[in-house]
Parts: sequence; structure tokens; C-alpha cells
Amino acid sequence: METIISIKPLLAVLVSLLVIPMLVSSSDKPNVRESWTFMAGIIKFLIVVSMLPVILSGKQIALTLFKIAPGADIAFRVDALGMLFALVASSLYIITSMYSIGYMRGLNEHGQTRFVSFFALAISATIGAAFSANLLTLYLFYEVLSLATYPLVTHHQDANSRISGRKYLIFILGTSIGLVLPAMIYCYHATGTLEFAAGGIFSGQLSKPSATVLLLMFVFGFAKAGIMPVHSWLPAAMVAPTPVSALLHAVAVVKVGAFSIVRVITGIFGVDFLLSFHLGAVVAAIASVTILVSSCIALTQDEFKRRLAYSTIGQLSYIILGVALLSPKGMTGGMLHIAMHAFGKITLFFCAGAIFVATGKKYISQMVGIGKRMPLTMIAFLIGSMSIIGLPPTGGFISKWYLVLGTLEGDQMIMLFVLLSSSLLNAAYFMPIFYKAFFCTKEESMFEDKIEEAPMMCVVPLLITALISFALFFFPQPFLDLAQLAVKGFIGG
Amino acid sequence: MEHYAALIVVAPFITALFAGLFVWIEERLSYPIVLAGLAVSVYSAIQVLIQVMAVGTLQYKFAGWPPPIGIEYRIDLLNAMVLCLVSGIAFLNLIASYRSVQQEISDRTGSYFTVYNLFVTGLLGVTITGDLFNLYVLIEITSLTSYAQIALGDKDRGPLASLNYIFIGVIGASFYLLGVGYLYMYTGSLNMADVAVLIKGSQGSSTVLTAFILCILGIWIKMALFPFHVWLPNAYTYSPVIFSRVVAPLMTKVMVYVMIRLMITVFGYDYIFNTLHLSEAVVWLATLAILAGGVMALAQKNLKKMLTYIIVCEIGYMVGGAWMGNQLGMTGAILHILNDALMTFALFLAVGNMVYRIEKVDITDLKGLFGKMPWTMGGFVLAALSIIGVPPTCGFFSKWYLILGAMEKGAYHFVAALVISSLICAVLFFKVFEICFFESGSHGHEHSSHGPVAIEEAPVSMLIISGLVSLSLIVAGVYSGTIVNTIILPFLK
Repeated sequence: METIISIKPLLAVLVSLLVIPMLVSSSDKPNVRESWTFMAGIIKFLIVVSMLPVILSGKQIALTLFKIAPGADIAFRVDALGMLFALVASSLYIITSMYSIGYMRGLNEHGQTRFVSFFALAISATIGAAFSANLLTLYLFYEVLSLATYPLVTHHQDANSRISGRKYLIFILGTSIGLVLPAMIYCYHATGTLEFAAGGIFSGQLSKPSATVLLLMFVFGFAKAGIMPVHSWLPAAMVAPTPVSALLHAVAVVKVGAFSIVRVITGIFGVDFLLSFHLGAVVAAIASVTILVSSCIALTQDEFKRRLAYSTIGQLSYIILGVALLSPKGMTGGMLHIAMHAFGKITLFFCAGAIFVATGKKYISQMVGIGKRMPLTMIAFLIGSMSIIGLPPTGGFISKWYLVLGTLEGDQMIMLFVLLSSSLLNAAYFMPIFYKAFFCTKEESMFEDKIEEAPMMCVVPLLITALISFALFFFPQPFLDLAQLAVKGFIGG
Repeated sequence: MEHYAALIVVAPFITALFAGLFVWIEERLSYPIVLAGLAVSVYSAIQVLIQVMAVGTLQYKFAGWPPPIGIEYRIDLLNAMVLCLVSGIAFLNLIASYRSVQQEISDRTGSYFTVYNLFVTGLLGVTITGDLFNLYVLIEITSLTSYAQIALGDKDRGPLASLNYIFIGVIGASFYLLGVGYLYMYTGSLNMADVAVLIKGSQGSSTVLTAFILCILGIWIKMALFPFHVWLPNAYTYSPVIFSRVVAPLMTKVMVYVMIRLMITVFGYDYIFNTLHLSEAVVWLATLAILAGGVMALAQKNLKKMLTYIIVCEIGYMVGGAWMGNQLGMTGAILHILNDALMTFALFLAVGNMVYRIEKVDITDLKGLFGKMPWTMGGFVLAALSIIGVPPTCGFFSKWYLILGAMEKGAYHFVAALVISSLICAVLFFKVFEICFFESGSHGHEHSSHGPVAIEEAPVSMLIISGLVSLSLIVAGVYSGTIVNTIILPFLK
């Protein structure tokens, strides 16, 4: 495969890092500060997009920054999968920055400079993780992301966020140091390399039991992916301001977790290796349990953001499940779901935040009749939830379609059952919200019959993401092409 | 110039004497004199390192007397690196701590600076000398000057801590001296290189065995390896800021250097690992040291004291790595000398800044410190992350080599200890961060008022050095591959 050396991946990572001093220095001029954020976000996005044609033509972009040890440098390599993820994260960052302005100013939050600065650091680390050439670099950015998110999760600095922050750290940092670190060093010890390679890095050094243990250490160690039982940090992290929940806990942070697991499955173990030991089934089984259990828990949650959080946990496992099927269609579906779920779920979080800004309501039971008050928001909500459920005409349908094909391809009827029943559960926890928002009697309605939306800066972003979710049904090309290209690289290469 | 080697030690020594003299003439001049001495020392050390890297080991015969009769300085890559480290840290600390000396020991600054430079002279001498007895004398110089400086600290606890240190320190020194006596008895020589040649082939000799055990025990006591650590926490906690900032990063690390020097240069790998088979036992001891240090740190209420227990823990890292009996472990140990010195220095610089402003650093005194001293806390956080071992800070990379070394040997208990201590350190530091972040420093308010807190930072001279050293942790981290390839591996070959 042809590789081009370019500084672009580094620039894409650095842009939002270098803008932090600007953000801090313009902390008393919020408008200047926000324009710095936008400028960095847009430049970052443009850099990512400028690499897209190269990647789509089947080439890769690489850059080695620092030589650490043979086979484990700090280095970037942009391939189709990384590109897909970076594209999602960097585009949504711009929209979320816009939403943040509406949300944070609407609620008159404190410490906004700190907020945007750590946000910039977090997105920087996300792009870094997407472009990592090896496990060491991935681990580096994974950790930076964990730590950059901590002050965002605990933004309110009250007792509640302190407890949640602690939970967040115990799960995220505890597993990454306790499980991933030793597993990673063991891989290096056994093979002398950590470079992601199409066929994996092992060639006969591992027996089945030790491979199983190692794989599980990675799957549970990357706790950002929210595989049960290391999921419970995510609902707790919902104390964060909604832009954080939206971008980080529906897109960047959680997807870095899923992305890392996908990388380990495809690049460290390799598809053939896992097939020969039948280890894909183990991961798929764990993911299936997570999908079903989390969907059931989501049914019981009355706090809007917590319901969304449990829904996210389930949807993340779709990604893992798809890739763990180890069949071309299934993997395509799993990777595609990174993108499709991102646009759908961020819309839902934006809606939750907009409702909170406009009405102060956090619980679903208090939202009866809200459709009359905030019709645009709730229509966006409908589109977002349809995408999550996987109904046409939304992007979510495409990824679920491939996932279903993947199960058929591998003759995995149990997995097919899991996917379909989960979709029903998704519908069961989203549709009542929408139904009650519009279809209720005058007496039931908790809101006056007067349209009063959240600030424009909140509403526009959620309309954009809803529109994109809708559009992705008709034009899934860039993401679909990237996913197929990635799969071809992992299986064909 | 060939006399750089001598200048490294002589410059601080002479300036120490002059500074002492100027106490009677014009006390204010003592400081610049001492500073100039250290500047010369730093410059010479760097020159020597460059020379050694270019042409290999340097031998400097004092006053032209040939060894083994005369005193010889022998500088290879290892001690050239440690020399740069010692002189650099001592120099930077002198700048950073000037204000806190004015605050703490205002009545006798001139004499203090004299003792300070004598202490540094001792450390440099220990590092540079190629003579076993000379080494003893210089260790005693460092120790005696330490006793004096510790006693200048906390009015109530300082003298007692110093006395404690004297008792144990003297025992350690006596052990070492006794060991050197046995070696002299057996070989009739005190020059390290000479002794090494003379004891080769005398594996079975009980005299050599006794000498070895006594020397190593003596050094272990001096470096505060668990369970010989009891003198260290109080001595470092109750000493003046300037002294704890220099002794914490340097003293134990120089002693680890001495241990490695004795192991590699004098007694030899073969003797220790193939004749005595001590690796197993000592690695277990190091494992215990790591765990004990971590657990004891958890129990501390005072920040400075907590950090001293972390030093106890870190000593376990280096001893374990050095006694692993393979190249990777030794690489990790040597790299950790550098990294640990830097990160401990960064931590104590930050703590010194805090002491300058808030005087007492019990953990509960640190409320609201992120708002009050943001820059200091920034440096502190970076250093703490390095101790935890988060990439790309340098602490991660030495841990990487140490774990690899342990895996190669199959010492999985040591791997577990390293991982557990990382987790313990994470708990320790985040406990501190939580108090600094969530609890408001201003009294009288029940709820933390989210208004801007008045910033009361340490003086700029302290901040700049503290910030630079903290940033250097990242630089040392990403360049650790270079350091290993240009200094450590060539040394070990």
C-alpha cells in the first residue's frame, strides 16, 4: 500500500492544542475567544478533509514524530478507519462549539474559558487517537483524553460532580492503567512491535488461553467503550454540561473507546488470528449482553440524559459487535455505526440540552406536551431517535442494515435476534417521549400552548445534525466508502 | 579544555568557601558567588557530557598522580549524565528558591548558601569519583551538610529529624566504609577499576562476599530503600524549602547511581547474577518497597510528607530494575534516575511555591488552590501525571522499560507492583486535586461561590523555573528513545 509522508496529521492534532493559549489570553473577551475556537475547529476540519481524497484513493498518510523504541514510536498513520472517525469528530466539534455558546451563555455557566480550553484539548487528543499508527500512540492520546475530560465532567464543582468525577476516574483511568498498560507491554514483550498491521502482530507467540486473557484485558481495559460491567461511569458522567455529554459522551470519548477496541481487534490480533481461535464470538457475546441489558435499563430511566447514556452504551456495543463478527459486511456495519450513531445521538443530546436551557426540565416525565412548546427541537428529536432505532430514511438504517447482513453472512442467528430485539427496545424507550410530547390532552400538557424555543445558538446546531442524519440515508458515501475501504484493508490486506 | 572534569566539582567548592568568607564582608554577595560557581559547574558538566559522547570514557588524574595511587576521576556516559542532572538541578533550584530562602532563613542566608554549595559539591564528587574511599568521604560531606540544612527547617521537628538522620546515616556510612575496608584488605587497592580487575576470578572468596554485602547494605541505608527508609520522610518534610527541593530529587538518585556503579564497574554483573544469584531476592525486596511506599503515602495528611513516601516507592522501581539482571531492567533503572529526579524536582518546586504562599501544606490547607495558584498547580499536575505514568510524560517511559525488563525475567510480581503503584499514585494525587478543585478556599461561604478567585501566585522567579521543569517532563518523555539510544545503551554495552 502506498504511503505518503505528510505533516498534515500532526497539524490536525496541533491546531486545537495551539489555540489554547489564545483562548486563555482572551478569557475576558468571550466573543474573541469563541471566534478562536471556531477558527481552530474549521481549520482542523479542513485539514482532515484535505486528506480525504488521498485516503479514498487507497493510499495512507504517515508521519513519525519521536522514536521511542523499535516498533513503538510516537507516530501517525491515517488510514480509512482513522479518517472516518476523524471526519466525524472534527465536523461535529464545530457544530458543538456553536451549541456550547448557546448552552453555556444561556445558563450563564462559570469557568467558560476553562471549559473551552479543555474541550479543545480533548478534541485534539481525539484526532490524535484517530490517527495513531500504533498502540503506544493510541494509548498516549487515550490517556490524554481521559484526563482532559475530567475537568469537563466535573465542571460544576459541586458534591455531585465530585462523586461522578471520582467514578469516572476509577473506571477510565483504573482500567487503562490496570489492564491496557500491562496488556500492551506484554504484546510488545512478545512480538517486539506495537504497529497496527493488517494481519495482526502475533505469529504463533500466543496460545488460545493467553490470547483470550489478553483480548479481554483490552476489551474491558478500554472502558470508554462502555462494555458492561465497566459502563457505569457513563451515566454518572451525565452531570457534565450538555455540550460535553453531546460531543464527548456520544461521540469523541466513547467512540475513542470503541475505536481502540476495533484497532486492537483488527490491527493487533488480526482477523484471521481471531477467527482461528474463535475469539470473535467471545467479544460478540459480551457485546450482545451489553446491548440487551443496557437497552432494558434505558427503559427504566426517567432522567433524559441518563436514558440517552444507557442508549449510548448499547449503541457502542453495536460497533464492537459488528467488528467482532469478523465478516466483511458486519465489520463495515460496525465501523459505519461510528459515524451514523454519532450524528443521531448528538442530535438527541442537543435536544436534551435545549430543553434544559429553555425550560429547566431534566426528567422525561416532566416533558409531556413539550412538542407544542418546542416543535423544532422535538422534530429533530424524532429524526435522531429514528436514526438510533435504525429506521429509514435516516443514516442509522444503513449501518444497521450492514450489521444485519453481517450476521446473516456469518449465519449468526443469535446475533441477528439481539440486533432486532434491541431495535425494538430502542423504539420502546424513545418513541413514548416523542408521542407524549405532541399527543396529549390539554389537561395532561405541562406547557402553555406557545412556541418558545431555546436560544438560536442551541436550536440551529441540533437542526443541522438532524438534517445530516437524514441526509446520510441518501448520501452515506464518504463514510460508507471509508468503512468498506477499511474492511478491505483489514481482511484483504 | 581538559580540566572541565575538575571544574565541575572544584567550582562549587571554591565558591562555597568564598561565600562563607563574604558573610563577614558583604553578605549579599554570597548568593551571586554561589550561583556563579554552580553555573560554571553546569557548563563544565555539559561540556564533559559532549566530550564523553564524542570520545568515550574520560580519565582525569588529580594533580597528575597516576592511579591506583592518586585519586582518579573516571567519567563515562552514566556519570556524565548524572553530573549534568545534579549540577543542573542544583543551579535551577538556587534561582527558584532564592525568595524562599529570604523568607525562611533570612537571618543567615550567606552561611546557608555556603552549606548548600558544599552539599552540591559532595553530590557531584560522589558521582564523578573513581575511587572507593574518596566516595566514602564525599558521601559523608553530603550527609554532614544535609544534617545541618535539615536542622535549619521546621523549628520544632527539624532538629529531631536531623538527629534521626544522623544516627541512621552514620550506620549506613559505617557499613559502606567497612565494606571498602574488606575490599582493601583483599586487593590492596581503592581505585574502582583497579579493584574490579583484582577481584575478578575470586568468586568464592568470602572476603569479597562480605565486602559486597556491607557496601550494598550501606548504600541501601543511605538511599532509604525500604525497610531502611525510616529516616527519610521526616528529614525531607521538615527541612527548609530550598533544601527539600534539592535533596529529594538528587540524594536518593545519586545513591542509586552509586549502587549501579558498584554493581557494574566494581563487582561486575557476572559476580552478582551468576555467582550469588541475588536477583530474585532483591527484586522481591524492591516489590515490597514499592507497595509499602505507596501504602504509607496513602496514610499521610501532609502533602510534603506524602511526596517523601512516593520517593520511597520510586526507589523500589530503580532498585528492582537494576537487579533484574537484564539489559531492559537496567535501562529502565538508569532512565528512571533521570526521570525521577526531574519529576520529583518538579513536584517539590510546586510544593515550594505553595509553601511560599500558604505556609502549611496539610492536604486540607490546599482548598481552592487551582483558582489561587493556577500556574503552580499546572506544574504540579504535570509532575503528578508523570509520577502516575501517563504518557507522554517521562514517568511513563521508564516504567515501560522496567515492565519490559520484568516481563523478560518473568518477574510478574514486580509488574504487578508497578501497575498497583501507578494506581495508588493516581488515587493519591487525585485526592489532592479534588480538594484543590472542589473545595473553596474562602471561608464563611457554605457553597463555593463561583466568582473569580483572587490569584495569589508565587514570585515569577519561582514560577518560571517550576513551569520549565514541568514542561521538561514532556520533553524528556518524547525524547526518551533518544536518551536510551545515545546514552544508556552505549553505556551498557
